[in-house]
Amino acid sequence: MSFVGRSDAERRAMLECIGAKSIEELWGAIPADLMVRGALPVDPPLAEYEIARRFAEWGERNADANRYACFLGAGIYDHFIPAALRSLTARSEFATAYTPYQPEVSQGTLQAIFEYQSMICELTGMEVANASLYDGATACVEAAHLAAGATGRRIVLVSGGVHPHFREVLRTYASAGSFRVQEIPAERGATSAAAARKLLTPEVAALLWSQPSFEGIVEDGAALTDAAQGAGALSVAAADPVALALLKPPGHEGADIVVGEGQSMGVPMGYGGPLVGFFATRKSQIRRLPGRLAGATVDLDARRGYVLTLQTREQHIRRERATSNICTNQGLMALANAIHLALLGAGGMREVATQCLEKAHYLARRVSALPGVTLPHGDAPFFREFVIRLPGAASDFVRAAQAKRILAGVPLARFDRSRPRDLLVAVTEKRTREEMDGYVETLAEWSRGRAGSPLEEAACRS
Amino acid sequence: MNVPKELRYTKEHEWVRVRGQEAEVGITDYAQGELGDVIFVELPAVGTRVSHMKPLGTIDAVKTVSDLFAPVSGEIVAVNTELKENPALVNQSPYERGWMVRIKMAALAETESLLSADGYEKVLGAIA
Amino acid sequence: MPELTLRDLSVQGHRGPRLAPLDIPAEGVERLLPRERVRTEGPALPEISEPQVVRHFVNLSVLNHHIDRAIYPLGSCTMKYNPKLNDEVAQLQGLAAAHPLQPEELSQGAMAVIWELHGWLRAIMGMPAITTHPAAGAQCELTAILMARAYHGERGNPREEVIVPDSAHGTNPSTVNQVGYRVVTVPSGADGCVDIAALRRAVSEKTAALMLTNPNTLGIFERDVGEIARIAHGVGALLYLDGANLNAMVGLASPGAMEFDFAHINLHKTFSTPHGGGGPGGGVLCVREALEPFLPAPVLERAGDLYRWNHDRPRSVGRVHSYYGNFGILVRALCYLKSLGASGLAEVSREAILNANYLKARLRDAYEPSHPGYCMHEFVLSASRQKSRGVRALDLGKRLLDFGMHAPTTYFPLIVEEALMIEPTETETKASLDAFADALLAIDRETVEDPALVRNAPTRTPVRRLDEARAARNPAVTWRDLEAG
Ligand SMILES: Cc1ncc(COP(=O)(O)O)c(C=O)c1O
Repeated sequence: MSFVGRSDAERRAMLECIGAKSIEELWGAIPADLMVRGALPVDPPLAEYEIARRFAEWGERNADANRYACFLGAGIYDHFIPAALRSLTARSEFATAYTPYQPEVSQGTLQAIFEYQSMICELTGMEVANASLYDGATACVEAAHLAAGATGRRIVLVSGGVHPHFREVLRTYASAGSFRVQEIPAERGATSAAAARKLLTPEVAALLWSQPSFEGIVEDGAALTDAAQGAGALSVAAADPVALALLKPPGHEGADIVVGEGQSMGVPMGYGGPLVGFFATRKSQIRRLPGRLAGATVDLDARRGYVLTLQTREQHIRRERATSNICTNQGLMALANAIHLALLGAGGMREVATQCLEKAHYLARRVSALPGVTLPHGDAPFFREFVIRLPGAASDFVRAAQAKRILAGVPLARFDRSRPRDLLVAVTEKRTREEMDGYVETLAEWSRGRAGSPLEEAACRS
Repeated sequence: MNVPKELRYTKEHEWVRVRGQEAEVGITDYAQGELGDVIFVELPAVGTRVSHMKPLGTIDAVKTVSDLFAPVSGEIVAVNTELKENPALVNQSPYERGWMVRIKMAALAETESLLSADGYEKVLGAIA
Repeated sequence: MPELTLRDLSVQGHRGPRLAPLDIPAEGVERLLPRERVRTEGPALPEISEPQVVRHFVNLSVLNHHIDRAIYPLGSCTMKYNPKLNDEVAQLQGLAAAHPLQPEELSQGAMAVIWELHGWLRAIMGMPAITTHPAAGAQCELTAILMARAYHGERGNPREEVIVPDSAHGTNPSTVNQVGYRVVTVPSGADGCVDIAALRRAVSEKTAALMLTNPNTLGIFERDVGEIARIAHGVGALLYLDGANLNAMVGLASPGAMEFDFAHINLHKTFSTPHGGGGPGGGVLCVREALEPFLPAPVLERAGDLYRWNHDRPRSVGRVHSYYGNFGILVRALCYLKSLGASGLAEVSREAILNANYLKARLRDAYEPSHPGYCMHEFVLSASRQKSRGVRALDLGKRLLDFGMHAPTTYFPLIVEEALMIEPTETETKASLDAFADALLAIDRETVEDPALVRNAPTRTPVRRLDEARAARNPAVTWRDLEAG
């Protein structure tokens, strides 16, 4: 199989037109010692049904959210995805088009991006959003670059309430030297505005915080934004878009940049990718915006149409002075976001958010009533996710729950070895009462007899 | 191609209007035509020191960016703030309303190295 | 008629797909959250029923050109056919509905996919170590240059400069700048290849790396790549392959044999994963042994029958992606490789090169090739002759749209005047290439007989030329901007 349609007669005719005696002549410029000798050491081709069977076997070796009750979150959530979304994003017209550089034959993609940008601004309370970035983590990096450029300062103050992987990626990029990361330790899973204020020196370009925090806590965005801006720094929120259907958006509280991971708007969990980062800011920063941007205009007949605009910001034109090096983005996932928001609409998104909130609180209430199980963050307000402290190693409970086809949560020891008993639990609208009651029962059974017993050694990474 | 006789020029397609100690600077009719629709002009703040043939700003057109070089050394004493709202002035009126900065010259002698209108027309002739 | 926006279609009270009713007693938002944290004004998202949403997006979709419709010969982009099986297997629930942080023992299938893909790609590249965390080519570049910084840093001096040929893609210099190095540009010689003498002058102990695209963006194989490697390595610099043009080398030439220290692959180019109207892509970075310790974390390992993610990588540059890269794209690429197998892989580049040379031969009398002779998988024409008739490369591309075909890449590489960069890929048939050549030849005749027709093109597309200056001078980037006028 090679997806090449070519007969010998055609090949001969083509070579004749070229004036080459043999096809090999065409790559005569490649020195002989650089050529691959013989066939590549890889398997022979397989038929479609053989390949499908192979992948099905691999699929069966994974747990998935259809065969397990998934209480995993930590940035990736098992939300409802409408069938219409899958059908639309699978269309060749969207999936097999390139970046819309010829707008006359790309109006579908361009208008979809424009609508995506509009809806991201509605959710975040901002004025301009780009056409997507790789993921939530790199969106934070781009925000750090924008802030450093806009303020002429170098330190990015990052709350410990931000996803630990986002913080890791920030540190990776910071090793290039264009900004420096300084962390504010989280207090009870959230950011302390008082601690932030102490660290907000005149060298700080931005305060990066998360709404809700990694451990699910609803932050006081207004206080954090005031603290940042009071010190001349930008306030940058990494926000969850589902939460924004219900929570006050950082934009309404004055934040300068709102970024985040868009997976929870119609993108499958897909073992963590492809994801989609969104990036929204104020119009006053539009010339510093990273990545592509669609804008409306008119054609020669004065009909409305859309183009990629302000392209001189980008690498293909500004080269070493571009605001970002991004080229290929996550366009199809941004389209999925747009379709998702259109299908669910204002009412649907609010209902998803409300059900997450209600169900998470239901489960938190029930498990914390079990002997030996506590909520370490007490009565701090949370959204869809919360931490429970167990009477034994969290990874141990995770294993026990597996046997009942429950993915019980993400052990926080994965990120912080000093917290072997803490488990991060997420509840989406898809979890049923039956699944939650099953969770409580499983936990009750597992913790029976463990309450008060000394802690066994925990494996740090599940 | 409009090349006013009374102005001086650089090979980089800037024009200079010398008035006493001050040099008013913009880009030529030819340059605006090559760039196409100008969408943004980034200029330094008043008070910035600039040096001979070093970039002092950038001019963004729809699909290109180009540097604006300082034809003479000195201090920026005025920038055309109208370009912020209306960058199209660079296209519509390159030699008048599309001016960009005024530089208080540090060394008047530097103007000697600038091209005359005839000299600049020769440069254009070589390109065509 | 232009398509209305979702905002225009919204009718208060319409609803799309619904959720199951809440099956637990409701507490109420006001009891669960402090009032001041709750949104007072809901996001103004549209209210539309499902059938109307479907129509809207279907109506939008048909305004697009796409590879399933006709040739898409964008140079440097490798717009080849995207096999349908790839998408089908990527939808399998065990792959699409797996959570990245579920226990490793319950993720062995996903990890096996990545492991197997690594094996295929290492064989194709002839390079020993690999990561698939980067989301696209540009992120591979960034990862590699960060690794170069770490590598030189360990040797006591991170160095200051990275050399980039003038024919390079914009992501190369942009990446270099982001990693805090100075870009040093080397010119191409008359033959379109890197000017070796200029390169010798440019390298020094300050050079951290040299980024080379091979074949280069003119579609010419850098025949002196061996010498280039010697020059770079001679001053201790690392050699990077921008592998965007790998479609010219699969099964034919070996980047490993070319002494590259790093090489990237764009899975969305060479390995047929769909471009999605801009993304997602898949970035693969292959490196030689000495650079393996610097690869981004975590690193996939295999012990016996078990796979695991090794996070304990003290010399790593760190994490570059939230999880493990664009996994769904990795699935598609592996599916493609399994469809091709060794024999199919051997055909990819051969037929891609044949197609490019055939098109070049058919067009070379009417359009000035940037360089004579055979090309690899793509070639560049200059529309300088047409420009003298008052028609520019841009216009030629626009006119092609009227023929139902996509334009080539225009004005890149920057070193060719009025560049038309054409990459047909191996999946175009002779008939398709002939139709494309016929169209461009007809357009050339139009530039003589009726240049205004070409300058005013397109006229048969959903919209005509758009006012880009207006879009940039007064950006209208949301519904609210449109309403504000
Ligand atoms: C030569 C070259 N290098 C680098 C890139 C960047 O790759 P990506 O778009 O995957 O980030 C491209 C893509 O267009 C390219 O053509």
